Amino acid sequence: MTAINLTHAETRRQLRRARLGEFTKFARRFAGNPLGMIGLAILGVLLASAVFAPLLATHDPYLPDLVHRLSPPSFENWLGTDELGRDIFSRILYGARLTLLIVGLVVATSAPIGLIIGAVAGTSGGWVDAVFMRITDVFLAVPKLLLALAFVAALGPGIVNAALAITLTAWPPYARLARAEALIVRDSDYVNAVRLAGGSEFRIVLRHIMPMCLSSVIVRMTLDMAGIILTAAGLGFIGLGAQPPLPEWGAMISTGRKFIFDQWWVATMPGLAIFIVSLGFNLLGDAMRDLLDPHLRRRA
Amino acid sequence: MPAVLINRVLGITGRILTLLLTVGITLIGLVALTFCIGRVVPIDPVLSVVGQKASEEVYQRVFLEMGLDKPLWQQFVVYAGKLVRGDFGISFVTNRPVLSDLAGFFPATLELATLGLLAGTLIGVPAGVAAAYWHDKWPDYVIRFVGLIGYSVPIFWLGLVGLFVFYSRLDWVAGPGQIDVFYQGIVKPVTGSLLIDSLLSGEWEVFGNALSHIVLPAALLGYYSLAYISRMTRSMMLDQLSREYVLTARLKGATEYRAVMLHALRNAAIPLVTVIALSYGGLLEGSVLVETVFAWPGIGNYIASSLFRADINAVLGGTVLVGAVFILLNMVSDVVYQMLDPRSNLRRR
Repeated sequence: MTAINLTHAETRRQLRRARLGEFTKFARRFAGNPLGMIGLAILGVLLASAVFAPLLATHDPYLPDLVHRLSPPSFENWLGTDELGRDIFSRILYGARLTLLIVGLVVATSAPIGLIIGAVAGTSGGWVDAVFMRITDVFLAVPKLLLALAFVAALGPGIVNAALAITLTAWPPYARLARAEALIVRDSDYVNAVRLAGGSEFRIVLRHIMPMCLSSVIVRMTLDMAGIILTAAGLGFIGLGAQPPLPEWGAMISTGRKFIFDQWWVATMPGLAIFIVSLGFNLLGDAMRDLLDPHLRRRA
Repeated sequence: MPAVLINRVLGITGRILTLLLTVGITLIGLVALTFCIGRVVPIDPVLSVVGQKASEEVYQRVFLEMGLDKPLWQQFVVYAGKLVRGDFGISFVTNRPVLSDLAGFFPATLELATLGLLAGTLIGVPAGVAAAYWHDKWPDYVIRFVGLIGYSVPIFWLGLVGLFVFYSRLDWVAGPGQIDVFYQGIVKPVTGSLLIDSLLSGEWEVFGNALSHIVLPAALLGYYSLAYISRMTRSMMLDQLSREYVLTARLKGATEYRAVMLHALRNAAIPLVTVIALSYGGLLEGSVLVETVFAWPGIGNYIASSLFRADINAVLGGTVLVGAVFILLNMVSDVVYQMLDPRSNLRRR
């Protein structure tokens, strides 16, 4: 009994060591990709400004200061002030939290949903597959932003509802991806071996098929984050995302829109923030795809 | 010989039937989706018709008239049947049928998206080919960089910045809107596209003014689609250029132009059809934001402004219309793909 446990512990240790080795190899290859490192740095800055916003902010992001309303970028207000005299720099810092919140909510919900649906559909085949894929097709066939708009119209504006609406439009690509991967591996020898050993279908999907789909899903997730940020900002811009006085970047652009010809900084600065962050996610995603995508790796 | 012919005809009709069935199911799914969204809306559909002050009696009558007492699936069938007959309901805001509203706003969107797609394709495809040909050299980097920015920039923000720079500061283009008030109503609408209509009637001044209004939003949409089209063209061309038939062509003494443009591009062009069709659909969607920024009297603007007045009929009608166009575009690209690709005749999947 102890002998068996010992060997188990040993294999587990070996497994862990192998995984660590994989990870360091991956990290080293990633470090050799300058664009990916720039993306990572941008996201590091985003994360830092979200976490340390109270420390980094020079002003209170919500406190109006009507004397200094719409003042241009200066030493006192680095990026200028908005129509209520609030410091734009500080608001952008706090807005980073909202951006991360939306992206986090959407990714944390849509990827698992898509992964499960795709893996189950691909593994079971038959009518389950047909039904799930038809539903996926319907969602894929409708323009995303429009669907999100309609959902928010139904649910009511707000940051969580915006995230929910984006989630409802974001899961189908993951389902497609996971299904494709599941189709490839479901009849492979190792899965059949598990089946022969008496593993239940549930176990097969959960432990042996979903992990195989993970790397493509992760790549897709990173690439999607930029799109999620842009969609969320678009919803905020139209006025259906975060509501005032929340410093959501899209909503900030929307209020700055009235002053674009005379006080250009009000709308321009938050837009730059959106642009830089989504550029960062795109750079990171491209790098991840080059390194992680099993199809590309196989070809190389 | 006739047997082969009959087989082919049967094969083609079979494929068309399958395609139509898929499209039909997807369309039904779309309608079901909007129906569900319509049911989730916290607004009481009866109240929005009769108003707050209606008596209980009136309320009950309208409730029954609207069929809200029937089971959900029956309501859905009624809803779908109305859509098929072109009854999208009445817009609460304009008090006109949603369908005629949509018909009025659609041409402006189509005009904008088409110009955008033209620009995006005419620049994007050559750019993608160049990037693939000079793979990992400076043209590749430049084109990829430009594309990457197009992917990352919020399009509505770029529109605002464009208005600030080119309209407010440089005064190169006209401002928001489709045409100056001064020129409004001069041209009689024939096709619905202001540019074509003014050309047809020979009103050059109107044409110039409309052109100056459309340049900026169309360029934005063009850039938006260019990013996608050039990226896809590049990856397809990279794939084709590494194939052996290109090498063979080069070995046999074909000029570089011939090997790239005639051999490789021809093969890459087939999947490109799908890409371009998809980005057309993407432009219809992207126009929601662009039209809001430029006060463009199109469908995107209509949907966005209906959203605020909780005009759910208008919103859902617009969604169904754009979604249906999207699905049909997909179908058309599928058909064109099959006609162009000789392999898909042999075996599907």
